[in-house]
Parts: sequence; C-alpha cells; structure tokens
Amino acid sequence: MNAQALKERLFATSPCGGVAMAINGHPVVMRHSGALWLPVERMLVVADLHFEKGSAYAARGQLLPPYDTGETLTRLEAEVASVSPATLVFLGDSFHDGQAEDRLSLSYADRIAALATGRTLIWAVGNHDADGPRALPGELADELTVGTLILRHEPEPGQQPGEVAGHLHPCARLVGRGRAVRRRCFATDGERLILPAFGAYAGGLNLRDRAYAGLFARPPLAVALGKDRAHPLSWAMLGGD
Amino acid sequence: MAAAALTALPDRFEAWFASRGWAPRAHQLEMVEAGRAGQHSLLIAPTGGGKTLAGFLPSLIELTERPPANSPRGVHTLYISPLKALAVDVERNLMTPIAQMGLNITAESRTGDTGEARKQRQRAKPPDVLLTTPEQLALFCAWEGARRYFEDLRCVVLDEIHTLWPSKRGDLLALDLARLQQFAPAMRRVGLSATVDDPDMIRGWLSPTDAEAVRLVRGPPGPLPQVEVLISEDRVPWAGHTAQHAMAEVYEVIKRHNTTLIFVNTRFQAEFAFQELWKLNDDGLAIALHHGSLAAEQRRKVESAMARGDLRAVVCTSTLDLGIDWGDVDLVIQLAAPKGASRMVQRIGRANHRLDEPSKAIFVPANRFEVLECQAAREAIAENAFDPEPQRIGALDVLAQHVMGCAVSEPFDMLELYDEVRSAGPYRDLSWEDFEAVVEFVSTGGYALRTYDRFRRIVKNADGRWTVRNAQTAQRHRMNVGAIVSPAVLAIRLAGRGGTAGRKIGEVEEGYLEMLEPGDTFIFAGGVWKLQAVTATDALVSPAPNKDPKLPSWGGSKFAISTFLAAKVRRMMSDPETWPSLPTDVCEWLTVQQDKSLIPTPDQMLLETYPRGKRHFLVCYPFDGRLAHTTLAMLLTRRLDRMRVGPLGFVVNDYALAIWSLKPMDDLDFDSLFDEDMLGDDLEAWLDESFMMKRSFKGCALISGLIERRMPGGEKTGRQVTFSTDLIYDVLRRHQPDHLLLRTARIDAASGMIDVARVGQMLTRIKGSILHSRLDHVSPFAVPIMLEIGKERVGGDAADMILAEAADELIAEALS
Repeated sequence: MNAQALKERLFATSPCGGVAMAINGHPVVMRHSGALWLPVERMLVVADLHFEKGSAYAARGQLLPPYDTGETLTRLEAEVASVSPATLVFLGDSFHDGQAEDRLSLSYADRIAALATGRTLIWAVGNHDADGPRALPGELADELTVGTLILRHEPEPGQQPGEVAGHLHPCARLVGRGRAVRRRCFATDGERLILPAFGAYAGGLNLRDRAYAGLFARPPLAVALGKDRAHPLSWAMLGGD
Repeated sequence: MAAAALTALPDRFEAWFASRGWAPRAHQLEMVEAGRAGQHSLLIAPTGGGKTLAGFLPSLIELTERPPANSPRGVHTLYISPLKALAVDVERNLMTPIAQMGLNITAESRTGDTGEARKQRQRAKPPDVLLTTPEQLALFCAWEGARRYFEDLRCVVLDEIHTLWPSKRGDLLALDLARLQQFAPAMRRVGLSATVDDPDMIRGWLSPTDAEAVRLVRGPPGPLPQVEVLISEDRVPWAGHTAQHAMAEVYEVIKRHNTTLIFVNTRFQAEFAFQELWKLNDDGLAIALHHGSLAAEQRRKVESAMARGDLRAVVCTSTLDLGIDWGDVDLVIQLAAPKGASRMVQRIGRANHRLDEPSKAIFVPANRFEVLECQAAREAIAENAFDPEPQRIGALDVLAQHVMGCAVSEPFDMLELYDEVRSAGPYRDLSWEDFEAVVEFVSTGGYALRTYDRFRRIVKNADGRWTVRNAQTAQRHRMNVGAIVSPAVLAIRLAGRGGTAGRKIGEVEEGYLEMLEPGDTFIFAGGVWKLQAVTATDALVSPAPNKDPKLPSWGGSKFAISTFLAAKVRRMMSDPETWPSLPTDVCEWLTVQQDKSLIPTPDQMLLETYPRGKRHFLVCYPFDGRLAHTTLAMLLTRRLDRMRVGPLGFVVNDYALAIWSLKPMDDLDFDSLFDEDMLGDDLEAWLDESFMMKRSFKGCALISGLIERRMPGGEKTGRQVTFSTDLIYDVLRRHQPDHLLLRTARIDAASGMIDVARVGQMLTRIKGSILHSRLDHVSPFAVPIMLEIGKERVGGDAADMILAEAADELIAEALS
C-alpha cells in the first residue's frame, strides 16, 4: 500500500468511530464493536461469538459466570439497532461447541430468533459449530461471495485477495506512556481481512503470533477496538505478548 | 521467673544442656511447663534466644516419656514454617539434640521439593515430628483420610508466626488449624514469634476461642539495638531514593566491619546500590546481591557464600528479612527510608544473633524528608515502640478454597463446618449468610442466574452431608491448593541467534517490562542489559556494557510509611527545638519553609497553592505513603474535575501529593474538597474502572478455585489467565455486581492496593485542620514533589489515549 492510498483509507474514519477502507476494492467499515459493516449491501458481519462458552467450562468444573451469551447478545442487538442491516452474517464459531445450542436458555434462543425479523440471517459454519444451528432461523453456508469479497470462517493458507475471515481472534498489543494496552483488532493488508472475535469470553491471539505468518502480502495494519472508536495501528507499533 | 524454679527437665535433657555448657533458659522451662499443662502458648523472644528449641522441648520430652504403643502411631508434632528452606534447616537443627541425647524420635521435613518416594513413605509411616509449610498442610487436609492421619497429633508449632498471620496464607493456615483441632481435640497450638508490639492480637488469632486461652511466654528482651543515622558529608538531596550521595561513606563502613547486610526497599534500589558500590570497590571486597528476581540458583550461591563467611556485604531486599541464621553479620545498613519501626527491628535482628550483645545498624536517608523519617524510626526503636497492626478478618476466597478442601477430604455437615470455621481466629465473626454464600459459590458458582445446578462441584448426599462431585474434581482441587498468588513473571534470558532464548538470568514481574520498549537498557542482576524482544514467557536481552541504563521512572518504596512513624515525623517537623539535631541542610530547609510558607502543627495538614508556568498547583502533605496518596489524588482529581478547575495531572511521593490544573485553586473550600464522603460513590465508581480491581479479582478467582491455574496436563501461563479473568471481570461486574468474588476483590483492592483504610483515617484526622498557605511560588517543602513531576504518567483514560496517540502518529506520518 503506498502512502497516498493509506492516507485515503485512514482519513475515511466514519462518524460512528469506525474505520472505513476498501478491501480488495470493496468498501467496508470496521466498527469499534468488532463488527464489520458492508454499506453497499447493508450487511453486518460478526465472527466468533462462542455462545455458551461459560457453560462449556462449567460442565468441566470451572464455574465461569453464566452471563456471556446474554452479554454477547446485548452487544449484537445494539449493533443491529444502530445500523439496521438487511443481512446479518455470523462468520462461524457462533456456538462454542456442538451442544451449545441445546444449553441456550429459551429467552436467549428467542432473542436470537428475533434478530431474524425483517432481515436474512446467514450462519457460516466454523470448526466449533461445524453443523450450524438446528432450531434457530437462518440459512447455512460454508462460504459467501459478496462482490469482490469472499466470506468464510477460517482463513485459507497463503494470500487470498478478497477473503474476509475470523477464526484467529486477532488482538494487538501496544506499549506507550509506560504501560501496555492489549485490545482485540481487525487485521488487514488491504487485500484480505481478519475479524476480531465478537464473543464476550473469546480470548485473543496476538497478531505477532506465527499463526498469521504467510497470510498477508505485507505487514498488516491492525485496527484496534477502543471505547468509542477504532484505532488504526501500524505493524511497527505492535509488540508481542 | 517462678516457672523456672518449678519445672525440672528429665535427667537426659538436663545432662545434655550441661554437656553443652548451657543451662535451660527461663522461657524454655516455661514452655515445657505450658506443654505439661496442655496449654496453647505463644513465645515471644528475640532472634537467637533458643526460640525454636523452646518450641520443640515439650514435644521431645513427651515423646520420650510416652509408653510404647502396640500399633504404629501418627504424627505427634507438626511444625509449620513460612519458608521451605527454614523447614529443612530446622529439621537439621532438631536432629542434633535428638542424636546427641540418643532419643528414639523421627523428624522429617516435607515441602514442595520433597521427592515422591519420601512423600509416599511419610504417608504410610508418619514421622513423630513433621516439618512443613502452610501449603503442604492445606494439601494434607484435602486428603481422603486426613482425619485418621492426624488423630494422634498433640502439638502444632507455628514458627515466625508474626509474618504469617496477617495474610491470606495466614487465613488458610488458621482454617487448617481449626480442622486439625477437630481431628485431634487434645492438640496444643504453639506460636513462635520475634518481638511484636501487640502479642494479644496474635494470641487471638492463634486461639481456638479467645486470646486468654493462649499462654503468653516472653523471652528475655535483650539489649536494645544501637542505631545511628548516617549524616553524610555531602549535601542531602532534595528528592530521590537512591542515596547515591552517601555511597562512599557506606563503602567505608563496610570496610570497617566483618559482614554487612545492606537492606533496600525495592529491587531496583538494590541493583543501583550494588552497581555504585562496585564502582567504588578498589579493595575488591566480596560484595554480593540478593533479591527475589534473581534466578534461584544464583540466590542459593549467595546464601551459601554468606553461610561460609566468604562475603563482606550483601545488598538485599525483603527476601532476606526472614530466614536462616548466618554466622557473622555484625552490621545492618538500611539504605533509604525504613518505613516502619517493626520491620526495622526484624532487619536489625539479622545482625549479631547473640542475645547479650546489641545489634548494630545504620540508617542512610536518601533525601530530606527521609532524614526526618530515619530519625523518627531511630527514636521509636530506642523507646521500644512499634507499629500496631489491625485485626485480621479472614478472606472469603480463602474460605471457598478451604470448604472445597474439606469436601474433597470427607463429606461435611454445613452446621458443623460453620462452627469449626468460626473457631479459626480470622473467621470468628463470620456470618451464617456469608458462610452459606461461600458454600453456594463452591457448589454452583453462586450466580443469580441459576443455570449451573447440574454442574455442581460439591453435592449434597442423602444424609445431608456435602461431598465432592467426582474424583476428577477432587484431583483438580488438590493441584490448585494454596493462597499465594504470585504476579505473572517473565524469565529474563540472553537472546540467542535468530531470536532464540538462551541462558536464564532471572525473572521479573510482567508489570516492570511493560514500561520498557525493545532497545531500552536496564540494570538487572548487577549488569546492564538491552531489551531485545518479549515473547510469551521470556524477555530476551543482550549485554549492554558501558551504557547508561534507562532507569525505571519509579524508585519509591513498595512499603508505605507506617501510621505510627508518620505521626512521629509530623511531630518532629512541627517542633523547631528538634531541628538543630538534624543535618545542617535539613535544618536550614525547615527554617526557610517557616519563613516563606508555614509549618503545620502535628494535628494539621499543610496545603499550599501557587502558580507556576501556566499551571496552578495544589500541594498537600499528609505523610501517609504513596499508596494512600495515589488513591487520594485519584479521588481529588475527580472532584476537582466536577468543580471545573480543570485538573491536568498529579504526582505523589511518600510524604506529599501535588495536583496541577488550568484554573487557580486558591479559593476552593478545602474542607469540603477533603470531606470523607469521597470514600462513598466516588471511590466505588473509580475502583470499578481501575486495573487494580482486575488484578485483585484475578487473585480471588485463582484462590477461590473459579479459575484453575494448574490443570492435568500443563499450567496455563499467567498471561492467558490475565486475559480471561479480565473478560470475566467485565461481564460479571455488569451482570452481578454484588457477586461474592467481586465483594472479596473490592475488599482486597481497598486494603492492599489502594489503602482505603489509611485514606479514611487521614480524612478523619485532618477534618477542620487544613492549614492553607497561599503562595506566589513554590515552597521549600514542595521542591521534592515538584522534582517528581515528569516521571509519572497522568491519570485519566490512559489506555484509550495511548491508542489514539499512536494512531495520530501514524496519520501524521502518512500525511507527511
């Protein structure tokens, strides 16, 4: 990416605190919630919600607070209310495991179903929820083509222009003013994009980890999630864990 | 003492004392008498007074006098030490009289380092005397069959009890004592302590009922230590914590003594002093360094060189406050402020472990306020007056761990366990509601949203007793026993080729490295290093000889000056008659302060306001320590913000705090600004947002068993735990702010990390006694704190500001 292109992209900070740019030529907005907004298609994309992660741990003896699903849903409902998408895409690992849907309380299931009112729900499937939901409304997909973009859960190895994926839970670590800040982030080289995890209990994998090696044509830009805006950070600023 | 005349030792023991050329001391005989009477006891004696032997004598006598048994017997005496090394050392020391008297008594230690084979054997065939640590005892208590194992127990000896009781480790120990007492009702509790101000507090903690049930035995007081304050030839600096100005004099003193222990308050001061002393070390004296971040192997090397008498001096931190006796230490130097009289007496006690000669110590103040503090500490020691400790209230996360341990060991009845728990000193006032909440937490997590009933960790049997759900849950509990949460540490390693990790040099807390960036240089383990990179578990460094290191910005003490000492300092400062006894520069400084501003009385708090540059300053002098001052400054800036004076930043040190703002603060109503109500909503609001809550929540989550540190098949690293507990904290706070663990974390943060109690006391003390001095420019008192500005970061929403700045930088770069 040359300086001119970078400037155009970075200057396009959207009024909602998101960062607007083009991925493989297609306009997107990276929202500070961690959701991706495709304005042309009015499509909202969220990755790695990991519903019922808390109860998955509880079943194995670590009684994490059972509030993660409700928390994730509340955030998602706020995003949906603020942009009114025509399509809502879950980019895989929406459920923490194969039984998670059965553990959902009725009220949560109702709230998820309510998101389908007046719009299309698309469940791209991931490694944690390979079969997709059974009882909830919406369509299942392995991947989804939108203009010059292709949306799928897990990034394919090598460079994949136009791919929008999740799975890796990227996060950025920055040191400044005597302390370090670690935040979830989007990661992109302008050609492909990896979304941060949206789920309340989803952990993060540092963008400097070798799991990201070979995915980007050049050192990627991290767009870190802040309190009320997203912050673009250059690769050189980032530290390992 | 009357007791001495009444008690006679068995012949074998008398003969042994005589063969060593000793006579039993009065306090040793009194302990034997207490043992014969079946009384709990607390022995307070200075170091070197034959304290440990006094603790064991009653057991040794009882063991030799008891009739032979038909079947193998269990442990008779359990010895608990705060340090692994001490348990092993005492085992050695105890074997000497046993061997010399030819007693048929077995004594063995058991620590985390004891081999599996030996542990198995100890379980099958218990020794008469078992020496161990609080963590091992907690594990014992979580065994199936713990009750039978300890049914013959007659005595528990708690060594260095003054360091154990006021902590979560102490809470856990108190609960385990209560458990043991159920197993063995005849068991006597014996505490051994160095000199403390308030023995009744420890008696109450130790006792199964009340302080009266514990017999107090005192050793001879010993001569008072000789303490000097080093008045340097050089000018005493205005600010700073390194005492660099006095290093040449310190070196000369080392030369004149056999072995000197040099105590400092932080490991960075230790590194600094070590460097400075070696710069002066033309005689090539063997001067070593000892602090908690050095690799264990390196620390052991220093310790054994010390034991051999090969060293002339060791620069050390609180790592050497306790521990094994060393031969020939004849001087203790305290570099920088002592912070509390009791801690100083402990440290000074490390010199000269002979009862009849006074220990010798020199205090070296690093700045002008510290001169006052050192003088005050010297006087306190001469008057034999110490810092009082508050009563300990048992933590609920520790109780949760204990309840789980009980269920793992054998099914329990809730009412019986409640009574047992309340026989532990720190839990004497535990309410039934809190106890119920803890049991519910252990079982289901204690969530208002009751979805985990099917995942209970402990379940109620048909007979109404609670038991662990399955063997796997029990195993996982045993792997996670203990109440010490160490901060996440990174190993410091030499960087190898291609970024690989080489030899380990030591460990540092994660927080320290967060302040450095790759390329920065720092002092560690007596050398200068350049940080190359930080990986998940290691900090990779390369040697950077002859480089001026970038020192950490904070050099203060992690200990707060004690309330008691602070009051003494305030008194000394307010009394011009004492000033001439101080160094000339300090006396002058106080006199000029009197001329240009004001000197407060001991009950007043001085508050100065003045403009400087384009800013307006408010400086006040509560003398309550960094921690309390930081909390106060955070709360004051919130208020000043609401009063629209535009506070921009603040800085604190141990004696004062300064806040600067856009608008003048001279005409504010200071009484209402410092009103006690700031400890209400303002505190709550600030605390919930602060990283300190996250840190203490993490500790509570680990201790209570919500998060397991060790899982079968590998340990989670501290970093992964940090991250997930932060997420859990955020979610829990929003959905159930009164959850048991949040309550516990709030109490911890308020006491340990932000010292709310101290702020509260201060606000009460200064109510109606604020002495305002309106000035045109900075006063002599304010200079030290003004010099600290620029070293500290300002408050506010720092994390997001860092992100925003970094982003702005990138934009500026892209636009250029």
